[in-house]
Amino acid sequence: MKSGILAATAAALVFGAVTTAQAGPTLDAVKARGFVQCGVNAGLPGFGNPDSAGNWTGLDVDYCRAMAVALFNDPNKVKFTPLSAQQRFPAIQSGEVDLLSRNTTVTLTRDTSVGLNFAPVTYYDGQGFMVHKKLGVKSAKELNGATVCVQSGTTTELNLADYFRSNNMNYNPVVIESNDEVNAAFFAGRCDVLTTDASGLAGTRAGVAPVPDDYVILPEIISKEPLAPAVRHGDDQWFDIVKWVVYATIQAEESGINSKNVDEFVNSKNPEIQRLLGSSPGMGKALGLDEKWAYNVIKKMGNYGEIFDRNVGPKTPLKLERGLNALWTNGGLQYAMPVR
Amino acid sequence: MASETRDTRRGAAQGGMSFSLSDPTFRAIFYQILVVGIVVAVGWYLIANTLDNLSRRSIATGFGFLEREASFGIGESLIDYSPRDTYGRAFLVGVLNTLKVSILGIVLATVLGTVIGIARLSSNWLIAKLASVYVEIIRNIPPLLQLFFWYAIVTESMPPVRQALNPIPGVFLSQRGLFVPVPAADPVWKFMGIALALAVIVVIFVRRWAKDRQARTGQPFPTGWTTLGLLIGFPLIAYIGGGMPTALDVPELAGFNFRGGAVVSPEFFAILIGLTVYTAAFIAEVVRSGILAVNWGQTEAARALGLPSTETLRLVVLPQALRVIVPPLTSQYLNLAKNSSLALAIGYPDLVSIANTTLNQTGQAIEGVAMIMGTYLTISLGISIFMNWYNKRIALVER
Amino acid sequence: MTESVHTGSIPDERPPANTVGPVAWLRNNLFNTWYNALLTILILYGLARAIPPLLDWLIVHANGFDTTPQECRTNGGACWAFVSEKLRFILFGTFPYDEQWRPLLTIVIFITLLLVSCDRRFWKWWLGLLWAAGFAAVAILMWGGVLGLTYVENTNWGGLPLTLILSVIGLAVAFPASILLALGRRSDMPAIKVMSVTYIELIRGVPLISLLFMASVMFPLFLPTGVSIDKLLRAQIAFIMFAAAYMAEAIRGGLQAIPKGQYEAADGLGLNYWQKMRKIILPQALAIAIPPLVNTFISFFKDTSLVIIIGLYDLLGTAKAALTDPAWRGFYREAYLFIGVIYWVFCFYMSKYSQKLERDLRRGHRR
Repeated sequence: MKSGILAATAAALVFGAVTTAQAGPTLDAVKARGFVQCGVNAGLPGFGNPDSAGNWTGLDVDYCRAMAVALFNDPNKVKFTPLSAQQRFPAIQSGEVDLLSRNTTVTLTRDTSVGLNFAPVTYYDGQGFMVHKKLGVKSAKELNGATVCVQSGTTTELNLADYFRSNNMNYNPVVIESNDEVNAAFFAGRCDVLTTDASGLAGTRAGVAPVPDDYVILPEIISKEPLAPAVRHGDDQWFDIVKWVVYATIQAEESGINSKNVDEFVNSKNPEIQRLLGSSPGMGKALGLDEKWAYNVIKKMGNYGEIFDRNVGPKTPLKLERGLNALWTNGGLQYAMPVR
Repeated sequence: MASETRDTRRGAAQGGMSFSLSDPTFRAIFYQILVVGIVVAVGWYLIANTLDNLSRRSIATGFGFLEREASFGIGESLIDYSPRDTYGRAFLVGVLNTLKVSILGIVLATVLGTVIGIARLSSNWLIAKLASVYVEIIRNIPPLLQLFFWYAIVTESMPPVRQALNPIPGVFLSQRGLFVPVPAADPVWKFMGIALALAVIVVIFVRRWAKDRQARTGQPFPTGWTTLGLLIGFPLIAYIGGGMPTALDVPELAGFNFRGGAVVSPEFFAILIGLTVYTAAFIAEVVRSGILAVNWGQTEAARALGLPSTETLRLVVLPQALRVIVPPLTSQYLNLAKNSSLALAIGYPDLVSIANTTLNQTGQAIEGVAMIMGTYLTISLGISIFMNWYNKRIALVER
Repeated sequence: MTESVHTGSIPDERPPANTVGPVAWLRNNLFNTWYNALLTILILYGLARAIPPLLDWLIVHANGFDTTPQECRTNGGACWAFVSEKLRFILFGTFPYDEQWRPLLTIVIFITLLLVSCDRRFWKWWLGLLWAAGFAAVAILMWGGVLGLTYVENTNWGGLPLTLILSVIGLAVAFPASILLALGRRSDMPAIKVMSVTYIELIRGVPLISLLFMASVMFPLFLPTGVSIDKLLRAQIAFIMFAAAYMAEAIRGGLQAIPKGQYEAADGLGLNYWQKMRKIILPQALAIAIPPLVNTFISFFKDTSLVIIIGLYDLLGTAKAALTDPAWRGFYREAYLFIGVIYWVFCFYMSKYSQKLERDLRRGHRR
């Protein structure tokens, strides 16, 4: 099997070097291998987290599975690689993973010098602060002189410095490499403030805090943190597939299609829906996939709203509202490009 | 070089250049070319792959990022640093923090290790046993585990900052670390520093003169007391001359934390104590075996010459023990400096921690790791050179 | 006048109480000088202050194996319930629960291999075969996928088996490499000597963390696109590189201790380089090098705990992960004490063994 992969890669390399612009080697390699290699967070409830039986769950994880469904019509044909903040970029750069779906913020540097291409945003997040209720802090503007726990190597660390600088406040950072250690230090009382993405704060408060009600999340959101799956530069076809798998889930919600009623829409007269579900062929071929790709994704994984509600929505321990992640028709930012 | 040409000539004399593997000279050259060839080929393959990977993904390369603004904060620093500074300066902060903890660790571990090493040889059974229990426990537990333990002691078992312990007025101990009062800023401190430097220079001259005189006339000079007097006296004169300022900068609880005074952060405390305690156990063994290596006859001979026991230790036993001690001690110092990289795990901003942040922010892993390795190689080399110099100085001069 | 004449033997008298016996022992060992007496009293006072609360925490007021975390917190005292609750997680990581006899057996195999190798009676040619068989068994047990065992990905390996795999396999692979490096360093061929010295000094000059970083973030870039080595194997490679350099130095020490006459005698017999090394030099050099090699292995065993930094869950990693469970937060003393004892037992017995071996070897030389 290993030699098979090697041969496939070697072949892919040769062809890839010649025809990088039209078709990429990743799709062929993934098909030859039979599963998608996906880099995920090692332990962030709601986004990427193994449950007690060792099954991976979370919003980011579900997009990995959606890719496996689009390619193989099987959500389990994924190999999850848990990655730390430090390991994630080398892992995607080197091809150790085909897809990085690990709550990664889209930034200019990452898009250019880190060599990534970002698919559409799957979660619009922003950085927030959490403090102990006892401190009596009501606003982030009162945090002058505070000790702040933050994970190293994240955009969070940079935003934190920017925010305090622009508000003429001082802070004392406690920067730790692993997320678990950051949380442990905060709940032990080493810091006054914990800062990370607001969704992460909600997850931490729900899942890690000894007494969740003892902690408050401050109202300020100090940054834009659009989280998106990423692929490496130089393989446009693979990038296209990831991009349109995300759009398909958003478009499905917009069109009112979900995992339960998708079969009723197969014979829909709406040409847009026909194109999406493959009733009128062409879209799948253009991507290099089966015509039923979007149908399968919606059937097996659900639309964007279902994925959101299942992992981070109001009924989950994270209890997150849709907010910015509502469809554009509901005043949010989620907007799919037309499938045509 | 010369032997090589001679060998070749001999080969030629035996009937032309023989290119068979049975000719030792040719074989040696053949094997070397083979091995070098393999190493170069593997290296070239890896580098080619890397370059290919980098260019295909259009990943940035080079050390240009060192000039860019770092825009992340650092908890503690010996030089002025703000997120506005460059990655290069941030890295320098990390290097200085590493040096700070390594040098302090080396000094403390040497003191503690020497005490424990001598204690193991004590005639007092209780002291000897306690010292060996210490050594056997500490040596056999991973240093990282010990670090986590020390860090947890501070963060989990110390009181929160508002209920800080206050053992001595002005000194506060809490989860935020140890806050101590320091003398308030005053020009006198600078003058005292200059006076101390002057004292050191004078001491060097006095000692040289005393040694010369003893060699010439045999008259001993109380260098120890003179040294002590000079080192204390000079700064004391500066202090009195400067008006004896007594103002203290006392830490005070303001807002979230203490302001003023000096602080020992929990991270620094944990890494320093962890490294000291761990390395001291090894240094104790080095010291013990060094002292045991000096033949008992040496002590007896010194006694027979009528030297008192302190002089016996200072003039006879220690100089000989040091020759045995210094080489293994050097490797313990190197280990301590290398182990200071464990600071990363508990969040002390050493050079590994800052290089790690840098490589995350810039995505330039190769440059980041290269910077860590280069700096440590330099530090290791520095310690080796210094200790080799010291070793030469104390080496036995054979006549 | 009758003279009393003793007939028969005089009954053995006990020596006076002040030269032997407990009192004399105390006087000779604890109170022989005034400052020793003072120190003894100070230490005894310190111990009297420190030991009772420690015992109280450890045993008297400790909470049994079935207390809830809340009870532990209110009672004070050690919470051994934490250890019993998390025992299997700390020892075996996320290995599937019902299959955890497999890592347990792995631990037993490793310990057996180490114990057997410690006994000089077993230093025979078949020891190598035994090791190979042991490794094969470990691979089958951990991975599964054959003999009706379910397949377990190595991302689920953790705890003590992982620590043992990294250290023992690292040792076994690095050993031959380190012999070559040590020979290379003492070689007459300048190119080979320079390369060996460069490698050894380069690796010894940098901290292990930087090598692990290299394995974690740089190795992937070294390989052609699409070819990847998984995280565990990369860490293992870093460990092998690290161990090879340090072990090479231990072996070099052994090589240097062999008198020149041995080399000359071997040359005189007309042996070629490899025959000379294999039959004459290495057997003697390795015997001398064993105690330092064991010491290298001990520090190497402790250093495996560093893999926590690149996100692998060895024994220390699983203990830390167990501490992040919100219900059991804060019982770090129990967790660290527990794994500390495990590490300690391994390292202590290995160091005792190396000391014993050293004594045996010295005795051999004296003869």
